[in-house]
Amino acid sequence: MKPLSHAELAISCRDLRKQYKGSGEVVYAVNGLDLEIRSGECFGLLGPNGAGKTTTIEIFEGLLSPSSGDVEVLGMYWGENDNELRQKIGISLQETRFPEKLKVLETLELFRSFYREGRRPEDVMETVGLTEKAGSLVGKLSGGQRQRLAVACALVGNPRLLFLDEPTTGLDPQSRRKLWDVIRRFREEGRAVLLTTHYMEEAERLCDRVAIIDHGEIIAVGSPVELIAGLGGEHIVEFSMNNGADIPVDVLEDLPAVLEVRADGNGISLTVSEPHIAIPALIQSLQSHERSLSRLTTRHASLEDVFVNLTGRHLRDDEISSS
Amino acid sequence: MMKYHPLNELLKARIREFLREPETIFWVYVFPVLIAIGLGIAFSNRPVNRVFVDIQEHVIAEDIAANLKQDSVFIVAIHTESECKERLRLGKSLVVVIPGEGFTYLFDPTRPESVLARQSVDDALQRAAGRRDAVLTMDRHVTEPGTRYIDFLIPGLLGMNLLAGSLWGVGYYVVDIRVKKLLKRLIATPMKRVHFLIASIGGRMIFMIPEIIVILGAGVLFFKVPIRGSIFSILILSFLGAFSFTGVGLLVACRARKLETVSGLMNLIMLPMYLLSGVFFPPERFPGIMQIPIQALPLTQFNYALRALILDGMSLASQGWRLGIILAWGGISFLLTLRWFRWN
Repeated sequence: MKPLSHAELAISCRDLRKQYKGSGEVVYAVNGLDLEIRSGECFGLLGPNGAGKTTTIEIFEGLLSPSSGDVEVLGMYWGENDNELRQKIGISLQETRFPEKLKVLETLELFRSFYREGRRPEDVMETVGLTEKAGSLVGKLSGGQRQRLAVACALVGNPRLLFLDEPTTGLDPQSRRKLWDVIRRFREEGRAVLLTTHYMEEAERLCDRVAIIDHGEIIAVGSPVELIAGLGGEHIVEFSMNNGADIPVDVLEDLPAVLEVRADGNGISLTVSEPHIAIPALIQSLQSHERSLSRLTTRHASLEDVFVNLTGRHLRDDEISSS
Repeated sequence: MMKYHPLNELLKARIREFLREPETIFWVYVFPVLIAIGLGIAFSNRPVNRVFVDIQEHVIAEDIAANLKQDSVFIVAIHTESECKERLRLGKSLVVVIPGEGFTYLFDPTRPESVLARQSVDDALQRAAGRRDAVLTMDRHVTEPGTRYIDFLIPGLLGMNLLAGSLWGVGYYVVDIRVKKLLKRLIATPMKRVHFLIASIGGRMIFMIPEIIVILGAGVLFFKVPIRGSIFSILILSFLGAFSFTGVGLLVACRARKLETVSGLMNLIMLPMYLLSGVFFPPERFPGIMQIPIQALPLTQFNYALRALILDGMSLASQGWRLGIILAWGGISFLLTLRWFRWN
């Protein structure tokens, strides 16, 4: 990647570290992060819970100070231009409970009042699709509507850079799509978005580039397409055998077009370059070893597979693999 | 011209939240009036105290009872020794007369009512036995407005309510929005922190005005409590008091991360002041050694000053050093708050 001039960078950080003193030992929530986020791109921080995503984003937002390392946001530095920076960024935190007894429009007017220049609260409501809820108490909103209110509060200061920490967690698919549209439109105006998520589909469809974080370190960075292509094969074939039978890994590894073999939960997962070659060969091989298939699926490789490939673990807590 | 001024919007938000919470309205405005009325009735409609006396079973017990019953103040009952002790322990009687060689009085010397009961029982029995009083004495009862217990109580209740309202209204509020991560969200905006603090205090100052009107109004309306000082001075004093208590409220909320913590701290501050600072009875009742800390408490000085204004018609200027103590609490609390406040 060619180095970018500062004007083109929304955020850059060098060797960013944040340590906490745990019980006796020092724990690094962020451990030597280097990152450059460009103006006009939607950048995703991806990783399992506890990987350091929120710590990283809160350092960028000026809510936490790093233990060491340099952070530059919109060409400015925390501790020097704080008010100026806060005028130009919009933030949605992971859990904010807005005052339940205020109405939607009142909440936006409150947040609007903090900014020198900003958007009309009515326009922002229109953007996130809350116009008909203008007079509703925040306490009466659904989860999706509250999340859109949080994003509206982030937009009302007309920011150049938008931070969204887990903006769609717990939302139904329809609310999620609505938020994606809001984020896309914001980015199309040439402004930058940094979001954290643990939804792979979200990152693939929304982000221009992603950084995959694990244990406070970046383990991969690039566009979703690049990262998936880096697996070597863009298809995943998953199968399992009747009666929980097993088959030697080297047999599978020797099959044509198979790039990688991994035991995965209650089955086996193959990364393949050309499924139309690999699948017939697999079936033939199983027959010759007198094994019968109970399940066979194929799909395009995803960022989830990139993460599993790099760490041997799944991203989501509820999909723990047994390797 | 800015359409939305942050101070204005923050204050509007506080007032809206307050007015849309019926429970708060009840506790801030209705509850203190109910207390005032309840206590006022309890203490003002009982001119004659009833003295509960037990007599331990004895051949002359009936005679003693007959003597005492000549005065309707005494409510007399005869019981066995063990019953007498049990009833005394439970507070069903105030004193036990044990006949024998003369009389023995059994009572708890730490209970003021028991001490008084013992005194009046002794007087009645001595007179019945033929004692003559050496000097002629007469009683005159005080019932004029301005000198009754209810007159003492109403300013005390106002002081108590301003303290409680300020602590809860600011301390609890701040910790609540800290717990909800709203405080964190607010400081992520360019909002000036001092605007937030001013709006929190300002909101409280506005809610205080109906509080004063309601409590003093109830006193005047139901009990004819006289307001002898100027209303304006009383308002100014209440403002200064509430302002200082608000400072204490912010200090209490400064670091707390949990509602339980701040509730505990506030009770720790309020309960001693309710007891010691002359809300229900004058602080002079406590022994000399305790007077120094008691007199240093802001609510003590506030109650003194408020009573001086309301009941004695004194001027605000005459309460100068009391105001000094009250404001010192507020000022020091604000400075410490600015230093220690946990925004994140």
